[in-house]
Amino acid sequence: MSEPVALKLTAKDFKSDQEVRWCPGCGDYAILAAVQGFMPELNIPRENIVFVSGIGCSSRFPYYMNTYGMHSIHGRAPAIATGLSVSRPDLSVWVVTGDGDALSIGGNHLIHALRRNVNLKILLFNNRIYGLTKGQYSPTSEVGKITKSTPVGSADAPFNPLSLALGAEATFVARTIDSDRKHLQSVLRAAAQHEGSAFVEIYQNCNIFNDGAFDPLKEPATRDDFLIRLEHGQPITFGAGGQFCVVHPPGGFGLEVRETANTPVEEIVVHDAGVADPAYAFALSRLPGLDLSNTPIGVFRSVDRPSYDSVVQEQVAAAKATVDRTPEQQLAALLGSGDTWTIL
Amino acid sequence: MTKQIRQLDRVVIRFAGDSGDGMQLTGDRFTSETAQLGNDISTLPNFPAEIRAPAGTLPGVSSFQVHFADYDILTPGDAPNVLVAMNPAALKANLADLPRGADIIVNTDEFTRRNLAKVGYAASPLDDDSLAGYAVHPVALTSMTIGALAEHDVSKKDAERAKNMFALGLLSWMYSRPYESTLRFLERKFAARPELVAANVAAFRAGWNFGETTEDFAVRYEVKPAKMLPGTYRNITGNAALSLGLVAAGVRSGLPVFLGAYPITPASDILHELSRHKKFGVVTMQAEDEIAAVGAALGASYGGSLGVTTTSGPGVALKSETISLAVALELPLVIVDVQRAGPSTGMPTKTEQADLNMALYGRHGEAPVAVIAPKSPADCFHAALEAARIALTYRTPVILLSDNYVANGSEPWLLPDVESLPDLRVEFATKPNGEDGTTFLPYLRDPQTLARPWAVPGTAGLEHRIGGLEKADKTGDISYDPANHDFMVRTRAARIETIPVPDVEVEDPDGDARVLVLGWGSTYGPIGAACRGLRQRGLSVAQAHLRHLAPMPANLGEVLGRYDKVVVPEMNLGQLAHVIRAKYLVDAIGYNQVRGLPFTAAELETMLEEVLKNV
Repeated sequence: MSEPVALKLTAKDFKSDQEVRWCPGCGDYAILAAVQGFMPELNIPRENIVFVSGIGCSSRFPYYMNTYGMHSIHGRAPAIATGLSVSRPDLSVWVVTGDGDALSIGGNHLIHALRRNVNLKILLFNNRIYGLTKGQYSPTSEVGKITKSTPVGSADAPFNPLSLALGAEATFVARTIDSDRKHLQSVLRAAAQHEGSAFVEIYQNCNIFNDGAFDPLKEPATRDDFLIRLEHGQPITFGAGGQFCVVHPPGGFGLEVRETANTPVEEIVVHDAGVADPAYAFALSRLPGLDLSNTPIGVFRSVDRPSYDSVVQEQVAAAKATVDRTPEQQLAALLGSGDTWTIL
Repeated sequence: MTKQIRQLDRVVIRFAGDSGDGMQLTGDRFTSETAQLGNDISTLPNFPAEIRAPAGTLPGVSSFQVHFADYDILTPGDAPNVLVAMNPAALKANLADLPRGADIIVNTDEFTRRNLAKVGYAASPLDDDSLAGYAVHPVALTSMTIGALAEHDVSKKDAERAKNMFALGLLSWMYSRPYESTLRFLERKFAARPELVAANVAAFRAGWNFGETTEDFAVRYEVKPAKMLPGTYRNITGNAALSLGLVAAGVRSGLPVFLGAYPITPASDILHELSRHKKFGVVTMQAEDEIAAVGAALGASYGGSLGVTTTSGPGVALKSETISLAVALELPLVIVDVQRAGPSTGMPTKTEQADLNMALYGRHGEAPVAVIAPKSPADCFHAALEAARIALTYRTPVILLSDNYVANGSEPWLLPDVESLPDLRVEFATKPNGEDGTTFLPYLRDPQTLARPWAVPGTAGLEHRIGGLEKADKTGDISYDPANHDFMVRTRAARIETIPVPDVEVEDPDGDARVLVLGWGSTYGPIGAACRGLRQRGLSVAQAHLRHLAPMPANLGEVLGRYDKVVVPEMNLGQLAHVIRAKYLVDAIGYNQVRGLPFTAAELETMLEEVLKNV
């Protein structure tokens, strides 16, 4: 195989001529800049990249990317992107969605895209609020959230998006943060390299309706104690000087955080994103507390499984390989198959 | 003994039994034998939604009606001349449809006290005179089948299950059918179990021989081949024809067909059929729900496939939002609605035409689409091609309104010459279309078709964004400009309204009719048969049938204006009649039935005769 030609694209090549219309200060700006900055790395011609979105603030994203793009309808982006990706395996298809779009109105499409392992890169901007409809609680809002539609507090428990994706046995699951450009791009890189569905939750600040939702993970004073930066092959420790670590207590189902000083080294979990059983990554996804303490970011899970697209296209290719006639001749044979009779 | 042979011009047979008795298969085989002989045929299966309703009960009765003749026929027949009743439930459920004098072949083995009680017979109708008006032929079908298979290496259950082949053998003998295709079929069907091939063939032969030897059947019938256009034929159901039409649309357009579908009665067979044609590049996806099915199809269309979704009424309701998106995106999309009796789950295995309003109007905003309907099972092939042609040429969603009657009914299909099928090739946009030579305007329209360019991802230099938000004319940029929205809404309407469709043709052989019967979709057969009946009695009536419901043929207003009265029979409460009244200010007379069954020719003839009396 010859080396691919370097396209020498820059972030600027991925900026469309449309004026960006998110609220000033919105976390979406940082994500857009990070994605546009990352895209040249893929070395994929712009015409072979498609961004598909649903409805919501985040779903305006495709308008700002100078690639092919579709701003579709609420919740349906994974379904539409599935049809595109399966029928056009030559394309790099990205889905941009939000917590309401992906987990509420479009929850069914999301879990089925993940279980099928469609070759989609799904970026879920989670701001734990409805922004475009002006501030109702979302399926990731904390219990008791006071919003316009829940004046005395929301009554329903939220989804943990990563737990949900892992329950659907997604083959690639990661989390990152809008404000950490370097980390965000490292996760995008890993997602882009993954064959099959890559699910990336991006914590994103809505400075109008839910400002500061992720501040403990961003403030210099707290972030190192709150964030667990997962790195494949490395023991999971965090906090100043690796003060805390993650262990798998004997007899328990999940993972727990301990003081590293009181924990034998061999008991510290070494992160392995390639564990076949999603239970490990699921346990990681359950670590955070309600106050966002112990929040892992990075790639939780990355396992190999044939993508739906590839299996479907292989079936078609195998059937086509048996053909030794023109399509018209084949069609004539098909129409005349079964019991026929001729009238002279 | 030598049997008398009597010539008939047409016969209607109904095979009826428990849903587990294999009546659909029996009817299907008899139909195939009849097709081989060269009769014209029309069939009507009628089965419950339950896969296996409790055995021997009225809800569990499944039937298959076949009408065959030595001339061209239009319907599966109003009333059976022959009923094959495999149990008391089958007799009770179908007796009311039989004219006096009809032949009834009953499986006496099933007329036990228990089975009779299940359907409310206090005493066996075979033992009293309640069937005196019919020619009843009591046959111990089950025990004779088991007896015939005594030497065969099959279980008693398998032997008993072969009784439908005994019945088929008997009927095949009665009507002098060629049976080679049935023997070949049995060899294919039970290829993995040779002992079942032998048993079923033996049961078939036992039935045939029983007819030949028993004195109860003194007469054997012949129905000569019909005069039909020269060519090669096959018997085909509407769902099968529609599937092949979609495959043909793929071949003739050079595009891969992508079907997104969620299983639903009575449309699932299209998914089954298309999933078998991967060598044509057909991709089928059984989606997680109806919305995903149409979404995936639209996504595939965006990528340059012929996107198709197949469903029934409840599914179209769920797809409605995505169809509106397709209207806004102006991409090709074929939506097949195999209508069934609604609302809600309704009667899923029964027919109706009550989704016309939904097809024409059932979306938010001004969201016009093209709507077409096939008139018969074989016509589904051509209707599918026509739907694809409109979708591809005009970049629009097209709703194809089939229904359970044409979908599961069958008729002979004169195989078309592939080269004669419409050329559906499309041109994708390949270069910028702006005046400056570098800009791409995704909503710059073709002045003839008003279609916008189809620029598929992967085309360098044409990167663009589309979406559900209102778009500025030409550029496709987001626009909230009032005048632009008004223009775009009117343009989308004009795009559909100006699609050229063939003029509606009027059949008025006498040329002096004052009453026009206007139908659409699957009512073509019964309306045509009713009109023939009237004409044979010296009455004049004109028939016109709409394939295109949106846009309607340009000459329709003029045609309607020629007649004193316009009658619109529909299997709904007057949906087309309503459109005709609103659009053409014609005082259309509705004739409406929603019984889950097709019209009979006789009821339409009676109704039309009344109308004719009053002009």
